[in-house]
Amino acid sequence: MFKDYYQILIGICKTKSQRYHKKNHKVHIDIKDFMEYLYFIYICNPVKTAYFKRGNPMGKENTIEINGNHFSFEPGETILEVAQKNNIFIPTLCHLKGATPTGSCRICVVEVEGARSLVASCAAPAARNMVVHTESPEVIKARRTIIRLLLSSGNHNCAIRDFDSKDWTQFQLRVLEEDGNEDLCPAWGDCKLQDLAYRYQVKTKGLPLSECQYPIEKVNPFIIRDFSRCILCGRCVQACREIQVNNAIDFGHRGANTKIIAGTDVALKDSDCVFCGQCVEVCPVGALTSTHDLELERFAKTKKVRTTCTFCGVGCQVEMTVQNNKIVKMASAGEDVAPNHGRLCVKGRYGFAFVGSPERITVPMIRKNGKLEGVTWDEALDLVASKFTGIKDEFGPDSLGVFTSARITNEENYIAQKFTRAVLKTNNVDHCARL
Amino acid sequence: MTNTIGDIETADVIIVEGSNTTENHPVISTFIKRAATLKGATLIVIDPRRLKLTESADKWLRLQPGTDIALINGFMHVLIEEDIYDKKFVETRTEGFEELKKTVKKYTPEYVEKITGVAAEDIVNTARTFAAAKRGCIVYCMGITQHTTGTDNVKSLANLSMLCGDLGIPGGGVNPLRGQNNVQGACDMGGLPNVFTAYQKVDGDDARIKYENAWDITGLSPKPGLAVTEMVQKAGEGELKALYIIGENPLVSDPDLNHAEKAFKNLDFLVVQDIFLTETTALADVVLPSFCFAEKNGTFTNTERRVQRVRKAVEAPGFARRDWKIICDIANRMGYPMNYPNANAIFEEIRLVTPSYAGITWERIEKEGIFWPCPTENHPGTPVLHAKQFTRGKGLFHAIDHRDPAEMTDEEYPFILTTGRLLFQYHTGTMTMKSAGLNFLAPECFVEISVNDAERLGLENGDLVDVVSRRGKIKTKAKISPKAVDGTLFIPFHFANAAANRLTNAKLDPVAKIPEFKVCAINIRKAA
Repeated sequence: MFKDYYQILIGICKTKSQRYHKKNHKVHIDIKDFMEYLYFIYICNPVKTAYFKRGNPMGKENTIEINGNHFSFEPGETILEVAQKNNIFIPTLCHLKGATPTGSCRICVVEVEGARSLVASCAAPAARNMVVHTESPEVIKARRTIIRLLLSSGNHNCAIRDFDSKDWTQFQLRVLEEDGNEDLCPAWGDCKLQDLAYRYQVKTKGLPLSECQYPIEKVNPFIIRDFSRCILCGRCVQACREIQVNNAIDFGHRGANTKIIAGTDVALKDSDCVFCGQCVEVCPVGALTSTHDLELERFAKTKKVRTTCTFCGVGCQVEMTVQNNKIVKMASAGEDVAPNHGRLCVKGRYGFAFVGSPERITVPMIRKNGKLEGVTWDEALDLVASKFTGIKDEFGPDSLGVFTSARITNEENYIAQKFTRAVLKTNNVDHCARL
Repeated sequence: MTNTIGDIETADVIIVEGSNTTENHPVISTFIKRAATLKGATLIVIDPRRLKLTESADKWLRLQPGTDIALINGFMHVLIEEDIYDKKFVETRTEGFEELKKTVKKYTPEYVEKITGVAAEDIVNTARTFAAAKRGCIVYCMGITQHTTGTDNVKSLANLSMLCGDLGIPGGGVNPLRGQNNVQGACDMGGLPNVFTAYQKVDGDDARIKYENAWDITGLSPKPGLAVTEMVQKAGEGELKALYIIGENPLVSDPDLNHAEKAFKNLDFLVVQDIFLTETTALADVVLPSFCFAEKNGTFTNTERRVQRVRKAVEAPGFARRDWKIICDIANRMGYPMNYPNANAIFEEIRLVTPSYAGITWERIEKEGIFWPCPTENHPGTPVLHAKQFTRGKGLFHAIDHRDPAEMTDEEYPFILTTGRLLFQYHTGTMTMKSAGLNFLAPECFVEISVNDAERLGLENGDLVDVVSRRGKIKTKAKISPKAVDGTLFIPFHFANAAANRLTNAKLDPVAKIPEFKVCAINIRKAA
């Protein structure tokens, strides 16, 4: 077994011949590269087989070889789709399911044997007998370069910034000084770029940081746009134009000045934006965040609850994030979950303040001398029961009526109509379906 | 909906009539817009207002409010006249075609143009386009139903769909969009005056006996009860003495509010069960605090008939109780025991008496909801209705003539008012108005008016105006908008301090008892 790994190591070293020296079948490597080697073996996909296995055992069917294993595919499926279906990791940044692949970020590149250069797996269709390596040394090298460039392209002031690990305070001071932007990134810990930097161990050492020429935009109640952290992956544009079809934002300006603009480069609130927040949901970095993201406690006990949205009859499946008995975030339950397939609207995403509102009624109340006064449940329920009984006896069951509700659950509606029919003995039960 | 939401993206032609989808059902609108802009479907929007959705549409037909039947009859006239309807479907799956043919005979495009204001040429083209579609999808909402002819409007759309053979196929169908999260469920659960769960009629002996056995009682009333709108009237007349209102704010949402307010004040006893104090609790004798959706377990049924789970995420505030628990507590005090350990136990009872829900369990819908009807536990559910036959066997064409709305414009009230919702608010605002952000985006009431009308009346954007009808008067701001068409004004009904429903007409559709919110005659003038 170990022999195999040794062979792979040799293989890695061959491709990186500039950096390695072979002496009598022994290899001198530094610790960083050894970590990379371990990473290959234990964490990433079974690259080992890719170096030794060849040939297609499945004959003429639509199969593709990824990292030495054979997988079938449907015509038209991309390499990325085949890989994802089979739980093979390929990193993506710009790719957005349900939208046209743009292949703009290049982080999903893979090595396809026989191809002149690395191939963007999100846009390349799988072809019969294609041999793909998702984490070959060439691929890793390319991804590390891409990540390094992305990190240096903006204000990514999280832990991946190159610093002397012994002096955290120094680091923080430097970050503040260098950035000219004192806001710490709200996406910390929930950032795809940061994840990738960790995964591929990339730091920004030696690279100048570009300065952002566009100020942060906070002049609306829900969405913060921090252009200094934007990697121009275009997912927000696709979410806006192809998923929600609101056509509020697009790429604007040119070259190094490129910016995601709303309308004629105005604030979101003055544009066609309807604040559905789809762009925030798909932003892989800290460029688009929700105002309430800043209220999240980073290490508080967090509960995620899948439920059905309470606004309108679409029945969107949502995932609530709850901390300290408070809903702190509402997101879709995922792009594969019907009926909304990852989409939400402004009310579903941002309209849940009412749940924890201090204006909620917390005690039963009875009107006494013209004013509603708090009472115990027993007092309130006894009064209701005796009044209903009295009116029913005196004026007959049809003198009573119940408005059940289109807001409450099926179970509660069932109970309400059962109560009306079985207890009050009338069919005077209806709800606001018509209003 | 006869079909699913996802189905919309597979349609060839989509007609959206009387639905401001981008504001009222924003997520469904994404399916419609994607179909039209990315998947090559033809989108036809039929509405009195130049809605946002018209920007994605291939054609916008601007009809005069309250003339839907005439327009649909016009389409059908063309289909029959040009012999391009689905003859096989009509022959094998429907009846009453001859009657229909006779009735729509006189609805020539030119005649319909006079009633509706839609150009004859557009009527002909739309009919041809819809007939040519393999999968023709009709989507409608309150713009169809909130009329004194609401039921007939719906029947007309069903006629059109049957005539084109678009029912029972994926990507087709007649699809009403339900406005509130669980309207569908409330109806399914028998929250209606004439039916038990799954629309079993209360005046049918079989259903009543079944329920008497299930509930272990005798003497269920065979007399259909009163609809919401009728209960309010009866309260005003003194026949209805007590009302128990759960999770609703009729003192903003009811038509002709000035009248409704008097009716509610006339009640002997009013109990309101809600999560907030509202305009309605202000008149209540007893207010009972309940849980909101994030605090309880249960199910909602969405507009496509999909039964989905609702899960508890947070604890309810103070001494609030579950809605079902409160109702059960009252029942127990009135001498009829109603006790359940949890909501799931209630759902199990629902399954026993509700054929369309019998096969659905909480366990089955843990990950993904199921479409009713689902009669048995191994039934997959029914995404598309009427695939092989209709509920009654053959689909019945209803021959229907155009009728004018209950109130027409005149010299004194020369404008038509239509009401509806805004994207950033929801119904009477009890929930959405607790969000500072949503209030920032939609802070106050307005009356939407066209540039020409505003110019004629000497109004500028933001001017305070008095809007009056025969029933009431409100003061609000004028908003000059490209959505408005000359002669028709729009006011959102969310805002209690300038409640559009002080103006609206409480005239009802004779069958559905739905008020005519979408047409009434008003006048507008600059506030003194």
